[in-house]
Amino acid sequence: MNLKTSTRQVDGVTIVDCSGRITLGEGSIVLRDNVKDLLAKGQKKLVLNLGDVNYIDSSGIGELVSAYTTVKNQGGELKLLNLTKKVHDLLQITKLYTVFDVKEDEAAAVKAFR
Amino acid sequence: MFCEARAFASSLDPLIMTPERRSYTLDSTLETVDKSEQAATEVATETGFGEDEVLQIAMAVREAAVNAVLHGNAYDPEKKVRLEFERTGHDLVITIRDQGRGLDLAKVPDPLAPENLLKTSGRGIFLIRSFMDAVEIHPSQTGTEIKLIKHVHATAADGKEASQ
Repeated sequence: MNLKTSTRQVDGVTIVDCSGRITLGEGSIVLRDNVKDLLAKGQKKLVLNLGDVNYIDSSGIGELVSAYTTVKNQGGELKLLNLTKKVHDLLQITKLYTVFDVKEDEAAAVKAFR
Repeated sequence: MFCEARAFASSLDPLIMTPERRSYTLDSTLETVDKSEQAATEVATETGFGEDEVLQIAMAVREAAVNAVLHGNAYDPEKKVRLEFERTGHDLVITIRDQGRGLDLAKVPDPLAPENLLKTSGRGIFLIRSFMDAVEIHPSQTGTEIKLIKHVHATAADGKEASQ
């Protein structure tokens, strides 16, 4: 299943609920466009909820990195929420787990924005 | 051994199929990437690998197919990707061959190096090596061949026998 996203606001933070696969092609483009649109609207406190993302390939990992650096370069912050074991393991072996700010609890993720 | 082509046969018919070998010639398209992953999932499952290993094998094949389609053949409609699954002794051997200019291994960066951590690409071969037991890469001027090897351990073999 290709990536589907929906956004909602919690205390000034934009939560992007993602489900499906972030892979080369459509999945990566959906994520890229979504982040770009949110930044264009001035929403710079972003949480990607990956709880329903069951698969990410190397292009998807690249897209997460791209989202992270794009948001950061525009003075914003991006956090990852609810990683599945598969995604968690992928970020561990690629040494990206410590690069991203990963949260397991939505309230804590929202609170973590200064 | 591999069973008959079933569900995916309609979308991905093997060129050659024996109980021990399946071979496909595929276009240089994104669809090939998805189909290669799908075929790998099916073959690895039929071979008796567990869920985690099936996922690893399928992902390694997907990454190799991405390299073949994008970097090797550069989406050239004249160029094909050859995908082959073979059971040899205690191994599942998967070969992916493109018709590109040949991968320059010296130019493949280490994605774990601090200066490369935030790069948005260059993790495919690293992931392939992480997920398979052995990987052989043979670049040449007429293309790159990558061989992915996963040992069929006792559990997988037992599972296969039990399921027959």
